[in-house]
Amino acid sequence: MNLLKTPAFIIGIGLFLVTIFIALFFPMIFDINTNLRVGGPYMPPSGKHIFGTDHMGIDMLSLLVKGLRSSLYVGFLAGIIATITGTFLGVYAGFKGGVVDDIINMVTNLFIVIPQFVVLILVSSSMEEGRSLSLIALLIGLTTWTWSARAVRAQASSLKSRDHISLAKVNGAGTFKIVSMHILPYLLSYVFMVFIMQTASGILSEAAISMIGLGPFDTVSLGTILNQAMRNEALTDGAWWAFIPAMVLVTIIAFALYVINTSMEGVFNPRLRK
Amino acid sequence: MLKRYPTLKYILSRAVWYFITFLAAVTINFFLPRLGTSNPVDIIMARVGAGLDTEAAKEKEESYLKEFGLVEVDKSGSIIRDASGKPVRTSKLKQFINYISMSMRGDLGTSFLNYPKKVTEIISDALPWTLALQIPTIIFGWIIGNVLGALAAYRRGIFDKVLFPAALLSSAIPFFAFGMILVFLFGIVWPIFPAIGGYAGDIIPSFSWKFFSSALYHYVLPFLSIFLISAGGQAIGMRSMSIYELGTDYIKYAKWLGMKENKILFYMFRNAMLPQLTGLALTLGTMVGGALITEMIFSYPGLGMAVLTAIQGNDYPLIQGCTLLITICVLIANFTVDILIGFLDPRVKAGLGGK
Repeated sequence: MNLLKTPAFIIGIGLFLVTIFIALFFPMIFDINTNLRVGGPYMPPSGKHIFGTDHMGIDMLSLLVKGLRSSLYVGFLAGIIATITGTFLGVYAGFKGGVVDDIINMVTNLFIVIPQFVVLILVSSSMEEGRSLSLIALLIGLTTWTWSARAVRAQASSLKSRDHISLAKVNGAGTFKIVSMHILPYLLSYVFMVFIMQTASGILSEAAISMIGLGPFDTVSLGTILNQAMRNEALTDGAWWAFIPAMVLVTIIAFALYVINTSMEGVFNPRLRK
Repeated sequence: MLKRYPTLKYILSRAVWYFITFLAAVTINFFLPRLGTSNPVDIIMARVGAGLDTEAAKEKEESYLKEFGLVEVDKSGSIIRDASGKPVRTSKLKQFINYISMSMRGDLGTSFLNYPKKVTEIISDALPWTLALQIPTIIFGWIIGNVLGALAAYRRGIFDKVLFPAALLSSAIPFFAFGMILVFLFGIVWPIFPAIGGYAGDIIPSFSWKFFSSALYHYVLPFLSIFLISAGGQAIGMRSMSIYELGTDYIKYAKWLGMKENKILFYMFRNAMLPQLTGLALTLGTMVGGALITEMIFSYPGLGMAVLTAIQGNDYPLIQGCTLLITICVLIANFTVDILIGFLDPRVKAGLGGK
């Protein structure tokens, strides 16, 4: 496989695995406590608390690990929802063509043009009390499926006129069978790339929506850490440890996913090869 | 008759489409905030009504209900009550019709936080700042990003090896994170630029040199934080677009002919640019959202900041007014890009409909 010989891919997947590894196994060896005050507000990093404390005196390292877990969870959940919705609509529209295609296309374009940010604000601000992490992931997934739909549709409609599809039709295969047996397998690598990008955008969207104070009420995420830091004057107090590590984490995850995506594109799309 | 003017036909069909989208946006803007069970008045009452006795609280609640158009009002402006003395609630459909007719007249309601200031007043104060920040950053980010992306694809080598990962990294940094880092580095640690605000606090906005220079000085950091990231994103797209173009026959032919590099680059740029322009139309919504969050970080007196304060204070009329206006701005921007495509894309001129 060419992919494993691409240095960019190795770097990307390596970085991403490290973050997952930390999120999964770090709580086993280190006592994560995001409720206990272990010191004064904004204590700088020290041997005991290597990332210092936040404005309430809670250990920053604990917050970061918990935030990382939430962010990855939101990213994956939003990514799965968006990819499934987008792939389903995209394949269906691309394969069916005609009126169905027109309608799905119109809805997709509508969702693309209306800013996702606006929809997120409107929905989350109406749900004052019940904004759980999963709900936020659902909202993000349901507002970002548009580009999977677009991308997959283009691929599916190019497959539509292939001979093996016509053969399947002649043999009396139904739409569902054709789509699942004869179209989707061809798109798998493509769908996987879309999923990676959707996950990255899910993580970034969660951070953005939490940043403006519409984040989950029930847990800590990388976005809520940033929100708290901004609200409690970490910037002016020079408490860089309250926001730089969280920011670096978000950026590393998104960067790793982008790198994985572009290196996969380089391998699967012969035109991009040197 | 329109067949003879394919560009005009294209623009008209786009205009119709955007009008439909606009209607959908207005509908979404009305119904989404009303999805939840909590109505805005309950939330405000929980905050305001805490210290009041029942009678006063009831009076206050009814005045809010009236303000929001949630209850039926007779001609003289007093609330219509049913037999038990409770106010008669207006149906959702009727509320929607009222909302549309009010919006059409340019009335977006009254702000709660800045009572009795009108939402339209607040928005018209904020809008110029947002436009002044976003239009140049998006346009310059697009141009510079595309030129760099094309160069990276054409020159390859060291130029590409340095520029491409840098662009990839910069597009992975969320807008808001980059803004915070800039504020921290150049506003606080090494304070060469003001960290927050759109102009110095002691100046009243006016058409004076003093105000403009102060505004320009405050403009640097927010501008950079949006510009660098959007340029990075554009450069990545343009790079892969250009690599594709470079593999096509016309470029090979041009090279065999011994054409000057700059000329080849120009031809390639022109062809790779169109999909990039379509790409711009697709990402405008996301970019505007990101830029609004940047405004919040810099406490820039634009729409983003207005949304933020509105969210923090549950100022529903203001939230809705802002989101409606943001959507309209994005729609107009998209429409402009589409018209540009209409003039630049030879396929549209040939009546093939572009895209």
